[in-house]
Amino acid sequence: MLELKNISFNAGDKADIIKNVSLNIDENKFTVITGPNGGGKSTLARIIAGIIKPTDGKIYFCGNDITDMAITERARLGIGFAFQQPVRFKGLSVMDLLKIAAGKELNMDEACKYLSEVGLCAKDYINREINASLSGGELKRIEIATVIARDVKLAIFDEPEAGIDIWSFKNLINIFEKMRRERSDRTIIVISHQERILNIADDIIVIADGQVKKKGIRETIMPDIIGTPSAVGPCHKMV
Amino acid sequence: MQKIDEIQKRLFEEVADLHELPVGAYNLRANGELAGRKTTANIDIKTKTDKSGIDITIKPGTKKESLHIPVVLSESGITETVYNDFYIGDDCDVLIVAGCGIDNCGNQNSEHDGVHCFYIGKNSKIRYVEKHYGSGNGEGKRILNPVTEVYMEEGSSMEMEMVQIKGVDSTERKTIAKLDKNAKLIVRERLMTHGSQQALSIYKIELDGEGSSADVVSRSIARDNSYQKLDACIVGNAACSGHTECDSIIMDNGKILAVPSLQANNTDAMLVHEAAIGKIAGDQLTKLMTLGLSEQEAEEHIINGFLK
Ligand SMILES: Nc1ncnc2c1ncn2[C@@H]1O[C@H](COP(=O)(O)OP(=O)(O)O)[C@@H](O)[C@H]1O
Ligand SMILES: [Mg+2]
Repeated sequence: MLELKNISFNAGDKADIIKNVSLNIDENKFTVITGPNGGGKSTLARIIAGIIKPTDGKIYFCGNDITDMAITERARLGIGFAFQQPVRFKGLSVMDLLKIAAGKELNMDEACKYLSEVGLCAKDYINREINASLSGGELKRIEIATVIARDVKLAIFDEPEAGIDIWSFKNLINIFEKMRRERSDRTIIVISHQERILNIADDIIVIADGQVKKKGIRETIMPDIIGTPSAVGPCHKMV
Repeated sequence: MQKIDEIQKRLFEEVADLHELPVGAYNLRANGELAGRKTTANIDIKTKTDKSGIDITIKPGTKKESLHIPVVLSESGITETVYNDFYIGDDCDVLIVAGCGIDNCGNQNSEHDGVHCFYIGKNSKIRYVEKHYGSGNGEGKRILNPVTEVYMEEGSSMEMEMVQIKGVDSTERKTIAKLDKNAKLIVRERLMTHGSQQALSIYKIELDGEGSSADVVSRSIARDNSYQKLDACIVGNAACSGHTECDSIIMDNGKILAVPSLQANNTDAMLVHEAAIGKIAGDQLTKLMTLGLSEQEAEEHIINGFLK
């Protein structure tokens, strides 16, 4: 359902950050992308969402060439993206952002449902401004809620577990499982080094130095990466 | 008494949320003339005899009452200066809604300069809302130059909300306040300028009494070729606390000059100022676009939120 064909990205004068990457992500699969920091995972996710344009290559989504499509068009086609570093908005409340995400008016109950899925008590948060008063972990959960509130075909989560150590992995995994149950043609890509998230993957892709180093079903990739920085256990400090 | 026409009705709605005559006391002014007045047992309104304007007297202990005093101009070429004095007794709790709307379809300038003086008695609580609005596509300018003076006695508090979002070509707002012991002033200003509009907003707040405090927060947006100057000065003359914050977004060729100043005349005066001017953050636009908004829609949401 998502195909990257010979994608390269160069931010300017230096070496390519993404080097001739070709990938196929199958429909209804849960794919985890791992690999060392600085390997190019977030850059690749931003290329898929349309935030940055590849210097070379083509992107196909559900059979359509989306290489030249803007962020908005891709979002409307059903691509959702939870940022690694969520954005703060002076003046917009959590409710405002959820309404924008859902693309319609929301009543209290509907908004509360999204927030409780990410482990936030709705009445404490619904009217909060998305400003500096929210902690990194709170922002991260609200970011995830904005993707849940959209009915996306492809959801990309960039290190969703970062900074939310007080919140259990179990909840996060529940979210992914529920998203898959809700829509049979839904595809999820999660960027993460966490062993517990890798453990529920159908497919795993290892990206390092701007290239695909390994790719395959979990059962074949996991033994190679377990114990490396690409698959860290829960006792490691999450960064 | 002047009869209210459709344009004036719309202006009253814009500046004072009036869809019908308000409950409580009111004084409506349209094109320089009285268009409606109601007093209550506790709130008296009298026309000044020496100059244009009204004297408002609120009896001590008046609680949960409201006073609306909106002004509208719908004829081109009116220029007026109006003096309104508010004598508020001790222990009151009152909402005052002012505001001015100008519709100018003609070629001459329309100008309303409202000079408001508040004398607030001990322990009284006042909420003051003032909205400015302009419409009409004539050559004539819509000009508003409000002066607000506030004298606050011991333990009193005032919350001022000043909003000017649309259609005023030129404005120079001056707000002066003097606070006695334990008095508390909160100001929330929202300002947006378009086209070649100019807006100047000047605050001078003197914290004279021990335990007095002021919190002035201005959020503003300058679009197109508009210009804004925000000049917020807090003077601490006692053990007091003062905070000002000017937070601005510039778009297109907009220009903003923020001139914060603090003057401490007492070692126990705690004064803080924050100011930030910048364009809309690119990642804010990006985020909203990934949620399916166009760039323009994203911009509108960010602006509306910022000015909320
Ligand atoms: N816009 C950019 N300009 C220059 N360098 C960038 C830009 N975006 C990312 N990089 C660099 O590209 C590399 C990959 O970054 P990133 O995709 O964030 O990696 P990961 O998400 O795998 O940690 C890093 O070396 C980073 O510093
Ligand atoms: Mg990253």
